[in-house]
Amino acid sequence: MSSAAAARPLVDSRREAQLSALKSGALSLLVLIVLCSLWEAYKWFGERVELTRPFPVNDRTMPHIHDMVGQLFEPSRRNGPLLIDVLLDAAAFTAKEAAAGFLLGAVVGFAIAVVLSESRLLQRGFLPYIVASQTIPILAIAPMVVVWVNPKLPEPLEGWGAVSVIAAYLTFFPVTINTLRGLQSADPRALELMRSYAASRWRILWKLRIPASFPYLFTALKIAAPASVVGAIIGELPSSIQGGLAGAILNFNQYYITSPESLWATNIIAAGLGILFFAVVAIAERLLVRRAPEHVA
Amino acid sequence: MTQAAAVSITGLSKRFERGDVLALDRIDLDVQPGEFVSLIGPSGCGKSTLLRIIGDLIRPTDGDVLVNGKSAHQARLDRDYGIVFQDAVLYDWRTVAKNIALPLEMAGWGRRRRESRVQEMLDLVELSGFQKHHPWQLSGGMQQRVSIARALSFSPPLLLMDEPFGALDEMTRERMNNELLRIWQETLSTVVFVTHSIAESVFLSTRVAVMSARPGRIAGIVAIDLPQPRGPDTREHPHFAELITQVRRLLRKGHALDAPEEDETPLYVAEEGL
Repeated sequence: MSSAAAARPLVDSRREAQLSALKSGALSLLVLIVLCSLWEAYKWFGERVELTRPFPVNDRTMPHIHDMVGQLFEPSRRNGPLLIDVLLDAAAFTAKEAAAGFLLGAVVGFAIAVVLSESRLLQRGFLPYIVASQTIPILAIAPMVVVWVNPKLPEPLEGWGAVSVIAAYLTFFPVTINTLRGLQSADPRALELMRSYAASRWRILWKLRIPASFPYLFTALKIAAPASVVGAIIGELPSSIQGGLAGAILNFNQYYITSPESLWATNIIAAGLGILFFAVVAIAERLLVRRAPEHVA
Repeated sequence: MTQAAAVSITGLSKRFERGDVLALDRIDLDVQPGEFVSLIGPSGCGKSTLLRIIGDLIRPTDGDVLVNGKSAHQARLDRDYGIVFQDAVLYDWRTVAKNIALPLEMAGWGRRRRESRVQEMLDLVELSGFQKHHPWQLSGGMQQRVSIARALSFSPPLLLMDEPFGALDEMTRERMNNELLRIWQETLSTVVFVTHSIAESVFLSTRVAVMSARPGRIAGIVAIDLPQPRGPDTREHPHFAELITQVRRLLRKGHALDAPEEDETPLYVAEEGL
């Protein structure tokens, strides 16, 4: 073991990482193609044998994929802008609300977890209510949040701040629960080690418990990121915000009979926004969390 | 005695409330500065518990423990000892250098001073060039050397080791034994070493405290008078096998304190631990 001379190169080279990213991208694309093919195959089959169960298959119940995508590049109304431009504007608006809500929920959720992890008493007292908070349907509390929050908002948040609070309400819960688990996941001997250094509680939290919780935190953030998009869309409904994806969904719901492709196209954009949120968190995790490769999902 | 004992244990007992188990029963043990004392015994004899009590990581039920003439509690607050576990217990998110620097950060050393000490420690455990690696990129033996470097980085007068090489293969273990002795001599520290390998305890120690199980007691202490400095030849020293037999007899008899009498009987050395 004359190791001093022969430090081996770092195992995970950048090239290897790029290659594996390329591979998983190709794989996702393949799955997308397979899913679209299945959709079209079922549609073809259902129309041919005139399936009536579970639902009759026709262009209204199952529009062609290419029609949904094609709809994006049609004018949204006569002489209006293209549908995709309308939807991307709406998505950007919703993304702003969701991002603010996600950040608020992540910070609050993390803070709650830290406080609860430091006090068994608080944890036992408060955890049931934190769980209970998630059993209340978001639609039931959204109007109250709008009434409470909106009047007090400063200029830049006016109109949509309440929506972010609603998105945060969906975000904080997985963050709190997972981070709490992560903060308690530190190896007992690692804790003994810290005690052997006469480390204060604060130091143990900062140097050991919080870094040890990061894998759990990021798992939670990956759940919370798309959930914040859903939260923002739902939050827009009672706030009567027209500029976001909820407005588009409500609008195209009414015209489903005549133009089902528009609602499907809207769903594609909404799903894309959720995936984008997830991807941002996944990339942040790659950059921030250093751990053994076998733990990496 | 002008200098306080490195470790002084008198009448120490430990009863675990759960299951009402008497883990340690009236232990007396003194370790002088510069000594290398091994605690050996069957699993469940409380040797790891005893080590943790010395480190004030567990409170004893009864008895006194002094470390460097202070209470074990005060000694922990003064960072008088470094500890090494069976697993390296390195932080995955820290590089090798940052892992070694951890206790120095705790002790409030400045960055410059930390960096130069980390470099010294890397040299000591022969891991220069690996400072930017992460723990999972190292072999088990290398990880354990990082853990030893971390324990010694702040120059504690006492080193507590809990079966540090138990998870390593036999060849790596022997090499680590040689390195540990070299480090012990270079740093002039006192070592309390828990092991269940008879050969390892005899090879490393100045004294071996043999423990019996349930309740954990000190069955006897064998002074290891093999010449220093020790090396690969030590294992072939004529007296080596004899000392191993002594430790083995004490282990088997459990409570016997009259082991030296049995030096007359024919020697045999079993394969275990050799």
